[in-house]
Amino acid sequence: MSSQPISVFQFNELIVSEVFRYYGRRTALRNVTLTLRSGELVGLVGPNGAGKSTLLGVMATLIQPSKGSVSYGDRSSRQAGASLRANIGFLSHDLQLYSDLTARENLEFFAGLYGLDRPEWHAENALDHAGLADRADDLVQGFSRGMRQRLALERVLLHKPRLILLDEPFTGLDEVAGTRLIARLRELKNEDCIVLLATHDLEIVDGLLDRTVMLHSGEIVELEKTMHGSLREQYQRTLQLISKV
Amino acid sequence: MLLIGLVMFALAPLQIAGAPYESTMGLIQKVFYFHVPGWIVMFLAVFVAGISSAVYLFRQKPLADRLAVAAAELAVIFGIIGLTTGPFWARKAWGVWWQWDARLTMALILEMIFCAYLLLRRYGGPGSDKLAAGLALFGMANVPFVYISVNVWRTIHPSTSVVPQLAASAPGMFGPFVWCMVAFLVLFVVMLVARVRLEAQRAEAERLYLVLEEG
Amino acid sequence: MNSFLRVAWLVMRKDLRVESRSWEMMSTTLFFAVSCVLVFSFAFVREGRAIEGAAAGILWIAVAFSGTLSLGPTFERERYHDALRGLLLAPVERAAVFVGKLFGVLLLMSIVEVVVAVLVALLFQAPIIQYFWWISALLILGNLGFASVGTLFAAMLARTRSRAVLLPILLYPITMPALIAGVMGTVAVIQIEPNFELARFWLALLLFFDAIFLTLALWTFEPVMTE
Repeated sequence: MSSQPISVFQFNELIVSEVFRYYGRRTALRNVTLTLRSGELVGLVGPNGAGKSTLLGVMATLIQPSKGSVSYGDRSSRQAGASLRANIGFLSHDLQLYSDLTARENLEFFAGLYGLDRPEWHAENALDHAGLADRADDLVQGFSRGMRQRLALERVLLHKPRLILLDEPFTGLDEVAGTRLIARLRELKNEDCIVLLATHDLEIVDGLLDRTVMLHSGEIVELEKTMHGSLREQYQRTLQLISKV
Repeated sequence: MLLIGLVMFALAPLQIAGAPYESTMGLIQKVFYFHVPGWIVMFLAVFVAGISSAVYLFRQKPLADRLAVAAAELAVIFGIIGLTTGPFWARKAWGVWWQWDARLTMALILEMIFCAYLLLRRYGGPGSDKLAAGLALFGMANVPFVYISVNVWRTIHPSTSVVPQLAASAPGMFGPFVWCMVAFLVLFVVMLVARVRLEAQRAEAERLYLVLEEG
Repeated sequence: MNSFLRVAWLVMRKDLRVESRSWEMMSTTLFFAVSCVLVFSFAFVREGRAIEGAAAGILWIAVAFSGTLSLGPTFERERYHDALRGLLLAPVERAAVFVGKLFGVLLLMSIVEVVVAVLVALLFQAPIIQYFWWISALLILGNLGFASVGTLFAAMLARTRSRAVLLPILLYPITMPALIAGVMGTVAVIQIEPNFELARFWLALLLFFDAIFLTLALWTFEPVMTE
């Protein structure tokens, strides 16, 4: 069955401008302004409940901001459509995999959905990258968290998106897989992708990130960079400063 | 405007009393003056709710959502008026309180749909405003089926031709009928506006609450 | 158009595949439908014989109840691993995803209906098999209307954290015209002296209902699914 190529909207910048998101009386995001550019690997840190997942959801066009705007290049998110989504990859915390399907079936389904030619070939490729070629025809149900994480990451990268959003990608990964992921992320950065990852694993990403943004109670906070020191130390200091205010 | 509506209502019983007695039914027939306008207004409310829900779904105008909620509530209220006045007529005219004929059934369904709308808004959790809007839209789309069913299905309910011919057949009844009709309409509009305003104020209060939080 | 159908087909195929791993939905729905028929039969039997006209009603009630039962899991599965968001993120027309889901539901309901219709025909000596084409037409069209609205509402409820109990509350009033038309049409066909004129009318009504509500569902799927 031939598939029509989906026209992909290219962009080099993601501009989040004064975004607010309310859920009834709860403010999840408060005046968030942020710009991301191609070739940047940016970290999003913050305590649980700070709004990281919400912000990622807004950037992925899944959640609409209550106020403010998000632009991809020169196109606003309100004009977002299939062509914009074709260039976004979002790895959520729940991985979006079908546990009753095999690894291969999952990949082939999404490859087909994304309009890729020869989904079988893409799936095969992705399985290799994930190191799951030998478990390709096993149900995802039987996979460990780490294996699912690797598979889910490859699913997200199947269509070679320009904007890649990752929610806690290092969860459940052992050292080998973690190193592999870091290498993958570096590759993506060199391919001029925009990568944003929300994470608690500060030690792992220290040195990998170009810059780090901290979210606390829905607001963007500057990290305390004085005295330099590791990412973890900066994070702790910033938290202390905030709680004193 | 409220004043006009209230005055009209106060005078309505006079008008009704002045209307001639219908031959077979006696006093209960007078229910007709409230029953039919009640239903007409209910249908009007359903349309307002349905259309503004559509606007809310496709254009995201908050005013449309408020209008939809207000109209839905009024639809339920006027529907209750219709549903309670109807059986009185039915009992006298046909000997039963309720009949499973087409129009009654469909009217009940419509009422249920909008009760479900209100339930959904109350208990549905976040995001239920969009769902409810979808429900209202589908509810409105059901209305033509209400009409078709009564005209085709053999039924003892008076067919839709009674009212338009009223002016010609029973002029004494026409006056009070129109009076009540207008009174109901005025009441509807007044209540709608008041409710929408209430909704807007509630939204404003929420907004101020948020501002206070940020402050 | 080509890619619309392609996406719908992919989604449907994926659903069938997932179902084929456990056959959970199919077996539970079938079992429930059969139990429904039996329970209602007991309720409507007098002196060992069924009340006249009960057959049509029981057929359609079983269809409505089992249909509602199967709609929940259809989207619950998507909600489970956040897969619904995965589908929404894909660069496809969202209405195509809806159609894919709808086809899956229709297929399941059709299979259940065949079983239920045969069962009702046997238990009530109703001439359902005799008027196969009429009954099929009624069932197919009724199915379509019911499932269109049902799939949309199930999707809406799956996305928010609303309770599944809300589905019947929302679904039954809206689909009543379709169910009533189905029952009345079936009665017209299987009664002692079939009235095909009337059956034709009910079929037309069903068609009309389906056209309106399928269009509405397709139209509102996208705005209703965006957060």
